[in-house]
Formats: sequence, C-alpha cells, structure tokens
Amino acid sequence: MARRAQPIGASVWVGAAVAALILSLTLGTLGAVFLRAERFSALGPADWAAVRFTLMQATLSAFLSVALAVPVARALARRRFPGRGLLITLLGAPFILPVIVVVLGILAVFGRNGLLNSALGVVGIGPLSVYGLQGVLIAHVFFNLPLATRLILQGWLSIPAERFRLAASLGFAARDVTRWLERPMLRAVVPGAFMVIFVICMTSFAVALTLGGGPKATTVELAIYQAFRFEFDLSRAALLALVQFGLSAIAAALTLWVAVPSVSGAGLDRIVARWDARHRGLRLLDGAWIALAALFLILPLAMIVADGLRALFTLPPSVFAAAGRSVAVALGSAVLTLALALPLSLAAVRLGRGIAGGMMEGVGALAIAASPLVIGTGLFILLFPIADPVALALPVTAVVNAVMSLPFATRALVPALRDAEESYGKLARSLGMRGFTHLRLVLLPRLRRPIGFSAGLAAALSMGDLGVIALFADPSQATLPLQLYRLMAAYRMEQAAGAALLLLILSLGLFWLFDRGGRVDADA
Amino acid sequence: MRYPIFAAGALLATMAGAQTPVLTVYTYDSFISEWGPGPQVEAAFEATCGCDLQFVGAGDGAALLGRLRLEGKRTHADVVLGLDTNLTAAAAETGLFAPHGVADVALSLPVSWEDELFLPYDWGYFAFVYDKTKLPHPPASFAELAAAPKALKIVIQDPRSSTPGLGLLLWVKAAYGDGAQAMWQGLAPHILTVTKGWSEAYGMFLEGEADMVLSYTTSPAYHIIAEGDDTKAAAPFAEGHYMQVEVAGRIASSDQPELAQEFLRFMLSETFQSIIPTTNWMYPAVIPDGGLPEGFSAPLPPEQSLIYPAAEAAAMRDKALEEWRAALSR
Repeated sequence: MARRAQPIGASVWVGAAVAALILSLTLGTLGAVFLRAERFSALGPADWAAVRFTLMQATLSAFLSVALAVPVARALARRRFPGRGLLITLLGAPFILPVIVVVLGILAVFGRNGLLNSALGVVGIGPLSVYGLQGVLIAHVFFNLPLATRLILQGWLSIPAERFRLAASLGFAARDVTRWLERPMLRAVVPGAFMVIFVICMTSFAVALTLGGGPKATTVELAIYQAFRFEFDLSRAALLALVQFGLSAIAAALTLWVAVPSVSGAGLDRIVARWDARHRGLRLLDGAWIALAALFLILPLAMIVADGLRALFTLPPSVFAAAGRSVAVALGSAVLTLALALPLSLAAVRLGRGIAGGMMEGVGALAIAASPLVIGTGLFILLFPIADPVALALPVTAVVNAVMSLPFATRALVPALRDAEESYGKLARSLGMRGFTHLRLVLLPRLRRPIGFSAGLAAALSMGDLGVIALFADPSQATLPLQLYRLMAAYRMEQAAGAALLLLILSLGLFWLFDRGGRVDADA
Repeated sequence: MRYPIFAAGALLATMAGAQTPVLTVYTYDSFISEWGPGPQVEAAFEATCGCDLQFVGAGDGAALLGRLRLEGKRTHADVVLGLDTNLTAAAAETGLFAPHGVADVALSLPVSWEDELFLPYDWGYFAFVYDKTKLPHPPASFAELAAAPKALKIVIQDPRSSTPGLGLLLWVKAAYGDGAQAMWQGLAPHILTVTKGWSEAYGMFLEGEADMVLSYTTSPAYHIIAEGDDTKAAAPFAEGHYMQVEVAGRIASSDQPELAQEFLRFMLSETFQSIIPTTNWMYPAVIPDGGLPEGFSAPLPPEQSLIYPAAEAAAMRDKALEEWRAALSR
C-alpha cells in the first residue's frame, strides 16, 4: 500500500493525542503507584499461582464464550422473529450490571438453593455444585457470551446483502455460504472478540473468588487488592498490574497476528435475505441455539427482576437522586467515548494495517487490561497534590469509563470504517471530498450502527461502574451503584434488590436508546 | 452599581466562612450513608460546636487507612474514625496521629483499653448468624462445626479484602493457636465459598444459599428491631468470640486540634453513643443511660471475649493468612 506517500491528516494527530490520554490513564497511573511505593518487593510464589489461575480461567472463559457465540450470532443473523430486537438489546444486560447483582442472579439459578437444583431435586438427581472452576466459567460466559455475540453479529451484518443475493443466484447451499462468505468474516472478527473477552476476564476478581469457591480461585486482581489493602505494598501492586498488562499485550499481539482482515466490498445496504438458510433442519438448529442462549441469559435476569420488583416502588428518594447522577455521568461518558473513539479508529484505519494501526488498536485494549484499583489509586496520587480528588469524583468516573469503553467502541468502529474507506475512499477522494464533508456524507451513514452500539455500551457500562473511585467517592454525590452497596451494607438487602432493578432498567434503557438510534433504518 | 453589591456580598460570605471553623473527619463509607450514624452525628455535633463538621468517606476501614497513607503529612483530615484494632498498629506507625488525651471516661468494653492514640467508639463480636427455623440445632463451637455433616455450609469473607474475613482469621488463630491450620482443614469442607466482602456473603445467606454466615452477634438485632423478624440468631461458640473494636484518632498536623479533641470527647458522649446501636448495629463503647435497645443481646462475659492487642494482631496476621490459604487451597 502506498499510503505513506500521503500527508498525515489531522485525524492521525487527534488519534495520537487520544492514545496518549489512554497511556497516561493506564501506564501513567501505574507509574504513579510505583513511584509512591515505600519499598521494593518482588512477586512471591502465591502471586505466580494467581497469575497461572488467571491465565487459565481467562483463556477457558474466552474460548467458551466465543465458541458458543458463533452459532448464536449466526442464528440471529439469518432469522427474523418477533422479539428479536428485544433479545439483542437484552444481550447487553449482563455485561453492564454490578458484579454483586449478577452473582446473586446466577446463584438464584445455579446455586445450592437455585432453580436448577430445585428442578433436579424433583426428578431425584442430587444437587450440583456451582462452586469451583465450573462456576467461574458459567459466570464469565454469562457476562461475555452476549458481548461476543454482539461483536460477531456486527461481523455478519457487515456482509452486504448483495453478496447473499449473488450467492443465492449461484445456487449456494448454506455450506457454501459458510465457506465463501462467513468463514473469512469470522477469521477477521473472532480473534478480536476472543482477545477482548480474554482481557476482561483477566481483571475479574469478585466473580472468580465467590463462584470459584475460595482462595484457590485467587486472581491477579485479588492479589493486587491484597498488596494494597493488606500489606500497603504499592510496588507489588504495580508489579502485578504490570504482569496483567504484559499478558494482555501478548494476547492483543497474537490476535493481530492471527486475524486476517476481510473486505467484503461495497453494497447498497439492502435488507439481507437468506435463501440458503431456508432448510428446515437449519431452522430448527438456529431456533434451538437462540432458545438456549435466551434461557441461559434471561433466567438470572428474571430472578433479579423478581427480587427487586417488590422494593422498586418503595425506594427512598436518595436512590432516585443517585440514579439521576448516574444517568448524567453515563451520558457524559457516552459523548466522550465517541469523541475519543472516532479519531482513534480513523487514525488506526488511515495508518493502514501495519504496525502503527495495530498499535492504535492495541492501545485501546490496554484500557480494559487495567486494574480499576490501580487506576483509582494512581489517579488519587496524581490528583491529590493539585486538586481535591473528591470534588472531581464524578468527572473522573465519566472519563475513566469512556476510556474503558474505548476498546469496544474501536472494535465496532474500525472494521466498519475500514470497509467504508476501502470501498468508497477512492471515489470520495476522486470527487475531492475531504474533512467534514467526507465524514458527514461517506463515513457517518456507514458508521451509524457501530456508533449507536458504542455510545450505548459506554453509557451502560458507566451506569454500573463503582470500581475506580471507591477510594475517593464523594459521599454527598453518591452514584446508583454506590447507593446500592450502601443499602446492602446497611442490611437493607430488599431495597438493594430494588435499586439493582432500577439500575438494570436505566442501563438497558440507555443502551436501547442509543443502539436503536443507530439502527433506525435497518431491520436488524 | 450591581458589582459593588455583589462584591460586598461575596466578602461577607467569605468572612462568615472564615468564622466557622471546619472539622474534617475521614471515615468509612457506610458510616456516612443516610442509614449510618453520620447524618445524626453531624447534626448533633454542629448544634453545639459552632463549627462545620465535614465527613469524607473512603471505602471501608482498610481503604481508609490506605488513603491516609497515600495522603501522608499533607492529609486534610483532622480526625480519622473507623479503624479497628487490626489496623491501629499500622496506623500508629505512620506517625500521623496525636494522643487523644481523653482519660476520664469509663468505657463499657469487656477488655481494658490502654491506647494513647486511639479511642474506641463502638465494638462487637464476630459470630456465625443462622436462621432458627432452618437450622434448629446450630453447632456450638468451631469443633462442632468441623464435625458436623458435610451438608452444613457456611459462607465467609476473604481476609485479604474484607474486615470480618480478617476477624475470622484472627478468631481461629486466637482460639486454636498452633492448631489453627488443622482447624481450618476441618472447616474447609463446610465452607461453601469465600466472598470479597460482607455484603455478598450476607446477601447469599439471606437468599438461603448457605446455612450460616460470618457476621456479628449484633446482626440479629437489626432483623428484630428494623424488620420485626426474630428468626435470625448468632450461634454462641464455646471457644469464645473475637472482638472488633472500632476506634478514632486525631491527626497531629491538624489546624483544629481543640475542635478535634472536642469531637473525640463528643464521640463518647451520651448523644453520640445512643445513636450507634441502631445505625451502626454495634455495641456502643459507653452504654447509654437507657441501656441497650431491646433486641440487643447482652455482651458476653470477659472470659469469652477474644482479642489480640494491636501489635500482636499485626505480627500474627501474615502467618495466619498463610495457614488459611494452605488449608483452603487444597
């Protein structure tokens, strides 16, 4: 590619600035923690055991999530049924709920006293224990199967309808469509989805511990907690965070190496009709996958709803005030995510598929590999000498969550942007389109779907977040998740369940609004 | 003409601000939530002190100490409230605290109190809480719990991330000494799981996931007083119960030393102490004139109260954690 001959556009510089912001929030905060350390210590055998367990569970969780997501996404891509849109929106739910709520929801289904064991008891089968590696995997698949499905579904929807029309006119069977259209797309999309989920599971802590059944399920993030809280050993906390980054970076590099980008070419954005999938057996198969996935995801959510419904209307006003603040933070975070993700994605595409573009994407992935505790501590160390961290708690939440949402946003935006550039870029340039005209006429119409998805995800993620500002949350400006934890700490579990339901409704509502906005003209 | 009026107003406001001294108290988050003691304490103290009491919250006790260490000598805190005896040795080591100077108050603790830097404001015993209707015959000791049928499950908190979790670690160590690791091996089959914090564990217990949960002897009082539900009880253990004593101290570099001392005195007053039981759900450090609220069980006799002095707790911790991890990682 002769891209290098072109002048580097403004988008590349903006992209570089965004990358610098991400680096300072991740590696910068880590450096701050490291420099503040009072002594230097190395990692012990227990830390390495935590690293091994973390790697093992993250690999298995990511593998299972993606392996199950492929058939579910395929079924969703080639079927139309009532409630499909609602199901796709609900797919966003597990990912955005506070961990504590999801754990209780999963236990209500798979726990000792849960639905599954009650049902098994009726037919006389002894109770199955969820606690152990199986529990960790169930929970991580519950969190990430929906995300994987959404990411892979984006891939399917990016294949233009014309390709399927052509396939049909050539008499392709489902098998041929898989070979010529779907497999190349999966080759491009699946490694990225695997990597994102692997990195998310790397930083898991409360889920792994609670469902893993005890200290044998110690992850790196828990070791970081121990170093900070138990020993106040900042250098060890920073070292562990560095290991977390290193492993995630290796995963990201492997992904870029494995993934083979596919360009399916330009289309007229027609509605996709799938003549190849009319076969009855395929219909049954797809139906089964959708039903199983829906059951697996909806049952725990239904338990959360049932638990919270009674208290929802008796919640104290402070909970609603907190909800209002959380919505404001979420909206700010969504806007900021787009403002950061668009230039970053544009820069990644402009720089081409070489190392620079890969680095831009890789930098995005750094954000999710970051330990929330280390970011929070580092930010506190950096802010305290110059400003009151407590006064900045809400803006900091919005910024950190925007940065945390970036990898998902770039993951959705970069392929769409690359397609638009490669299909229409030359034409646009030959017409002399540049800058904003180009963005408005060529790129934005093609990016509507990933933009809606990214903004929705950022807003919803931000609603559920608590992690980063735990050290300096403003007591008078509590967010909804903080208020939820306070209710629990004050024994008010029933009201906490009501607050969890409110959080679920608001997060999903925001996600739906943005996502729907991105899909106004498509029936997908 | 509008500007001078604004300017005068602004000036008056700053003068008024300068006249009201501000006392900054760092504490854990649940103390200042609307269900905690914070709001009532603030109103009561401000009614007499002629000052502005500002609470600053930071996670739980361990996070509070972490934050204080990060701030170091530049801390804005005048008083730190919410450490416990498992943290005071490390807190004293920071050199940030000044002697409390309160010597004339009779504390109602089952153990004697001789700390120059830290003053207790409430305390409690760790205990396993169960549902009387579901578990009519709870184990009466760690030994009985270890010998109980395997189906009897408890949920505990991780000592590395939770205050009660650390309490249990020291409880078993105080009761069994060198036999602690063997006791943990005996308990291991009954431990359904280990959670990050108290809330997860207690929530799981209330959902019926476990038969018993590590909490406090005062937990049933919440259910009795606030919910009219007397099905929850704390199982008395023959080995005795480990204590958590929550303390406050004043910062040496504070610009409000008198006010800080006044607050520490107020902390042991009838007003403050009578707020504690039904907001923090712990025993007050000085039993109020009216006694404990109905629903609170009487404190245990001193010989049943286990606690390591601060320095010993700090020295014991790492070894106890290693034993715990070795026994539960099998």
